[in-house]
Amino acid sequence: MAMNYNAKDEVDGGPPCAPGGTAKNRRPDNTAFKQQRLPAWQPILTAGTVLPTFFIIGLIFIPIGIGIFVTSNNIREIEIDYTGTDPSSPCNKCLSPNVTPCICTINFTLEQSFEGNVFMYYGLSNFYQNHRRYVKSRDDSQLNGDPSALLNPSKECEPYRRNEDKPIAPCGAIANSMFNDTLDLFLVGNESDPTPIHLERKGIAWWTDKNVKFRNPPGADIPLEERFKGTTKPVNWVKPVYRLDPDEDNSGFINEDFIVWMRTAALPTFRKLYRLIERKTDLHPTLPAGRYYLNITYNYPVHSFDGRKRMILSTISWMGGKNPFLGIAYIAIGSISFLLGVVLLVINHKYRNSSNTADITI
Amino acid sequence: MTEPLQWARYHWQRLTGGANRDDHERPYSYSSLLACRGKSSQTPKLAGKHRIVVPHLQPFKDEYEKFSGTYVNNRIRTTKYTLLNFVPRNLFEQFHRVANLYFLFLVVLNWVPLVEAFQKEITMLPLVVVLTIIAIKDGLEDYRKYKLDKQINNLVTKVYSRKEKKYVDRCWKDVTVGDFIRLSCNEVIPADMVLLFSTDPDGICHIETSGLDGESNLKQRQVVRGYTEQDSEVDPEKFSSRIECESPNNDLNRFRGFLEHSNKERVGLNKENLLLRGCTIRNTEAVMGIVVYAGHETKAMLNNSGPRYKRSNLERRANTDVLCCVLLLVIMCLTGALGHGIWLSRYENIPFFNIPEPDGHVISPVLGGFYMFWTMIILLQVLIPISLYVSIEIVKLGQIYFIQSDVDFYNEKMDSTVQCRALNITEDLGQIQYLFSDKTGTLTENKMVFRRCSVAGFDYCHEENAKRLESYQEAASEDEDSAYTPSGSLSNMAKPRAPSCRMVRNGPLGSISSDHLTGSCFALGSGEGASEVPHSRQAAFSSPIETDVVPDTRLLDKFSQITPQLFTPLDETIPDPPLETLYIIDFFIALAICNTVVVSAPNQPQQKIGLSSVHGMPIKSLEEIKSLFQRLSVRKSSSPSLASGKEPSSGVPNAFVSRLSLFSRMKPTSPVEEEISQTSKSPQGSGNSACPIETEKQDSNVDVTNGKVESLPGQPLASSLCYEAESPDEAALVYAARAYQCTLQSRTPEQVMVDFAALGPLTFQLLHILPFDSVRKRMSVVVRHPISSQVVVYTKGADSVIMELLSVASPDGPGLEKQQTMLREKTQQHLDAYTKRGLRTLCVAKRVMSDTEYAEWLRNHFLAETSIDNREELLLESAMRLENKLTLLGATGIEDRLQEGVPESIEALHKAGIKIWMLTGDKQETAVNIAYACKLLEPDDKLFILNTESKNACEMLMDTILKELQKKNPVSPEQASSEALHQPPAPPDSGLRAGLIINGKTLEFALQESLQRQFLELAARCHAVVCCQATPLQKSEVVKLVRSHLRVMTLAIGDGANDVSMIQVADVGIGISGQEGMQAVMASDFAISQFKHLSKLLLVHGHWCYTRLSNMILYFFYKNVEHP
Repeated sequence: MAMNYNAKDEVDGGPPCAPGGTAKNRRPDNTAFKQQRLPAWQPILTAGTVLPTFFIIGLIFIPIGIGIFVTSNNIREIEIDYTGTDPSSPCNKCLSPNVTPCICTINFTLEQSFEGNVFMYYGLSNFYQNHRRYVKSRDDSQLNGDPSALLNPSKECEPYRRNEDKPIAPCGAIANSMFNDTLDLFLVGNESDPTPIHLERKGIAWWTDKNVKFRNPPGADIPLEERFKGTTKPVNWVKPVYRLDPDEDNSGFINEDFIVWMRTAALPTFRKLYRLIERKTDLHPTLPAGRYYLNITYNYPVHSFDGRKRMILSTISWMGGKNPFLGIAYIAIGSISFLLGVVLLVINHKYRNSSNTADITI
Repeated sequence: MTEPLQWARYHWQRLTGGANRDDHERPYSYSSLLACRGKSSQTPKLAGKHRIVVPHLQPFKDEYEKFSGTYVNNRIRTTKYTLLNFVPRNLFEQFHRVANLYFLFLVVLNWVPLVEAFQKEITMLPLVVVLTIIAIKDGLEDYRKYKLDKQINNLVTKVYSRKEKKYVDRCWKDVTVGDFIRLSCNEVIPADMVLLFSTDPDGICHIETSGLDGESNLKQRQVVRGYTEQDSEVDPEKFSSRIECESPNNDLNRFRGFLEHSNKERVGLNKENLLLRGCTIRNTEAVMGIVVYAGHETKAMLNNSGPRYKRSNLERRANTDVLCCVLLLVIMCLTGALGHGIWLSRYENIPFFNIPEPDGHVISPVLGGFYMFWTMIILLQVLIPISLYVSIEIVKLGQIYFIQSDVDFYNEKMDSTVQCRALNITEDLGQIQYLFSDKTGTLTENKMVFRRCSVAGFDYCHEENAKRLESYQEAASEDEDSAYTPSGSLSNMAKPRAPSCRMVRNGPLGSISSDHLTGSCFALGSGEGASEVPHSRQAAFSSPIETDVVPDTRLLDKFSQITPQLFTPLDETIPDPPLETLYIIDFFIALAICNTVVVSAPNQPQQKIGLSSVHGMPIKSLEEIKSLFQRLSVRKSSSPSLASGKEPSSGVPNAFVSRLSLFSRMKPTSPVEEEISQTSKSPQGSGNSACPIETEKQDSNVDVTNGKVESLPGQPLASSLCYEAESPDEAALVYAARAYQCTLQSRTPEQVMVDFAALGPLTFQLLHILPFDSVRKRMSVVVRHPISSQVVVYTKGADSVIMELLSVASPDGPGLEKQQTMLREKTQQHLDAYTKRGLRTLCVAKRVMSDTEYAEWLRNHFLAETSIDNREELLLESAMRLENKLTLLGATGIEDRLQEGVPESIEALHKAGIKIWMLTGDKQETAVNIAYACKLLEPDDKLFILNTESKNACEMLMDTILKELQKKNPVSPEQASSEALHQPPAPPDSGLRAGLIINGKTLEFALQESLQRQFLELAARCHAVVCCQATPLQKSEVVKLVRSHLRVMTLAIGDGANDVSMIQVADVGIGISGQEGMQAVMASDFAISQFKHLSKLLLVHGHWCYTRLSNMILYFFYKNVEHP
């Protein structure tokens, strides 16, 4: 807006002044950033780059998939359901809550011998350990041995926080619902009396859980029972936490069965490591083929929520337990991309000479 | 920094409701400027009431308290917050935003223990942070405005003080209604006031309203009737009248009221008496007025508007997607809740994993499901991409930053780059399908440049001039400097005379303030006003490119043959060599006088150079006076285009009105003098004490032009005469004549003074003017030649018309006749060549009449003028009688220079599939010429011209054209009728390219409800449409029609106030800054300095913005919905 004609003086002197009073040029800087000229790389997909990629993916994935699949198939695994819903099952009697303690025995036969270390799992179905409030219902500082949290657990544990005015140790729904069946394995040999198989109770939990995350309340030379003084056992438990195992290194919060249970499963059907069967010598298989029986102290009620209970024996390989899916997936992806490669090759070959093939992009 | 801030602020405001919208985001009401809109005032609360203004003086103290006490004073406050209400008000406004409300809802929900999912305190953090940041932004922004307000409030003006009985300096904020204010030249008006006194003897005050409505020409304001005659200044002490006027409204073109004297005599007031706040006093030494509206009640403030918010299509689309997400969320939560309930009810006993409530109770499945619903809303909140909005804004901020820092948009000459005013429609730039462009000033530079001429059958191609034009771009700045140096010195001389100007003249501050006054401050950022300083002045008077014409050397050689002796024998029969010279002389005289140009000196407060000669006006008899009146009335009646539809402020009518008033005032006192020539200069010095410098200058001017051959920038004084013409072509011709030492010195209704190089000053007695009209396509002046004393008719007009009117049989014998025929053929060849080069051609011809012939014609003409029936026809006939048997003198070629790079840009935009419409108020020929020149139309395009007088004819014509088009571009009829509207067919390169030309009158028919569809169908089939003679309202209606019926993205680009409505209606409005004031820029979403920038803006930045933003939105949905 022209103020007056005398403003011409300004024009002669140069560009009009900015309000700050300083004469400045409004020309934008000619820099790579401001002019959007920064170096960039945008891949342009052409037949020359895409076809080899597909073939290479196919060629790499298919062998990997086959390898994994074979490995997975070599793993021995046996699964025994001992829920006892079937009336013919030996454990059927244990469904009624009256029989305590209820012990049932299930016979089974291993067709092939299990070599190397054998892992024994228990499996539960239809158990929603992933329920949002269930997962939260624990006090990690109590489990870490914090004395104040031991006697005053977090509110997250409600309503399994206190029982009869005493703090529950360990508090919360997870601990309260701990799996408490006892499984024993016997080999029915040629001799008349069956030999019990040694089941290793230790070494089934993560090292960090056992040594870092879970700790008993402090006091190294005080008996465990004293350290838990002032607390009470969870409502559903039979014995207090310090009596979980006779071995003091595996009792209290650092009981490995307990630690394994406290690591909640993501899906309603899950298995948790129960025991280890270690290989004795290289000569004999850990579990030779033959007849076995499983002795179950049946405590854990799953009938109310249509749950199932299983015992699983499995060997492992370098890639973990039995898992055919990974191998199949690899093989499938590899095959698909190989196939696509072939199809595109054919298309490219056929239409290469038409006008706009130069940039067949995918 | 400022623009992002504003943007953010307005973006938040956009989401705020109507409550505070009323007082802060007043809808832009430029529309009220267009009289035809008929939009009424927007202040209903006061409508119907009147305001009574009494002087703020002792005798009226009681009455003053009674009336004026309630009126607001001149202090303005545009800030939104005060220190006290900042926090609550800001929070209130922020929570008008849906996103924030949603956040708040979630935070509150998380506080409910039953459904809580996360830590309560943590969920609050993001919201608090966001609110704080925005609050700080708002605060800073408001503080900036506060400072600006303070600056303006503290500007100083002269207010009459009753204590000291004189005018004292007072701040603007202390001005109240009823104050008397005295302003000097070039001061900014502090409040709306009624003009009571002007130093101009005619009681006229010139104001420049460019800050208000963008029109750069000066407007005249009239002192209230009754005060005009007073010689001395109105004494405020003696002012005893009271003013009653309407309550404040925002209609700039309306002011009603009356002034009641103490003797109950009433004098009507109209807008001609009102000085508006924010305007600048020009060409008037001092004025005095009484304030009637102050502060926020001034029309300028009521017209204030900030940047507008248009929501981009993409954003609208994203909004629906977000709504879908909300729906999805609700469905998911409902499913979850229902499933939860069902799942719970399946269990007879409570399983381990279902934990009872803390108090041990187990809730029922139904209640559990209900709680689950809310819990899930918290858990799935990320499904709604609330961050999307914030991210979009940040991304757009970045895009704006990149657009604004693109060096390609920088205009060296104006030191300006692109301005993004609407900050959230960047991506719409990439989606434009229809482009509506103004012509003048947008495609062309609006600088008519004399290119070449043909005189007496010789083509003078003005090579040097062409070279100058080519090199103009580079030399522009220097040129300008040298051209303005003398004027600078002149204005320095003027300074001491108006010391009070200085306070508004102090550079940057002043320019901001006037910006602010007129409402541009919000939008323009602080630097804008300053940059405008040179342009508007440049636009008000012609720029050097138009005024400096380098004469052709060959023609100059012939000029040197001109001597006064040529005329002494004065014998027409003397043949050959002098004849061509005579032609040349006549040709240039015709260029100089056959027009309606007003001569003014731009650097002087007193504008009217011709005024002095009015005093010495040679009126011979009463009869002559009578004929003068008739002439004036003819002029008035035979220019209907001015009367209808056009704003009276368009400059020409104003000039006319002033002439009229001047004349009528002069009438009773005018002395009857016999003396015709040479008297004009002497009374000027004595009679007009106001401009001694001017007289001096004029004298020296004459001397210089007599002495030298070259009159180019080396001669400062000659170039300081300014010509204000009805059309720029006329001015161009006058400037061209000046280059050949044929300088138009002054023009009054009675006589024209031309300073002809060798012949000295010539004063032509102006007998009659037949103004230009579109039917005749020519104009004529009838003068009495001072040397030969013959009555000569000079006619200037379109070549096609003039060629037909040339005399077939020359009275002077067969030799001359033959020569005329040859001349005619040659000239026609030249004209064809000119047209091919895209020049606007005009033919110049003359006719010598004997006194008896003239007298006879005058009698008939008088009859025609006075007849009531068929007046128009009779007048036309009368004109025909005069304008025949013409002798062709020559032809001119004028270039309306296209802006640099326009054809290339249009071609690129065409290639991109954008349809371009040119909407212009110009004549059809001009518009089509320019359309060809800028490659909007190709030479082999098929043109359809819609030019009808009635609706039916229009319908039939459209029907025929449609059929023809369908024949050539076969499209199945169903497709044509149904789909054509939504999916315009005919890609640009499908064989036939069709162009549609439609003129204003036909457009009116086409825009009617019943023909709309047909018109659109037709327009959709043409790749270019030119609408000529379109009014601003029609422009906006066309845009609206296309936008709403074709459902396409439209862009309107224009530079003048007449494009504003169109710019506002379109999806994207672009203003060209610099040429015609700020109005278009103020209304626009983007302001660029040249049309050629449009192609990069649309095709590069628009494309980038769109792809980037849409990819980002897609990614957001992917990220939020697929992977919450």
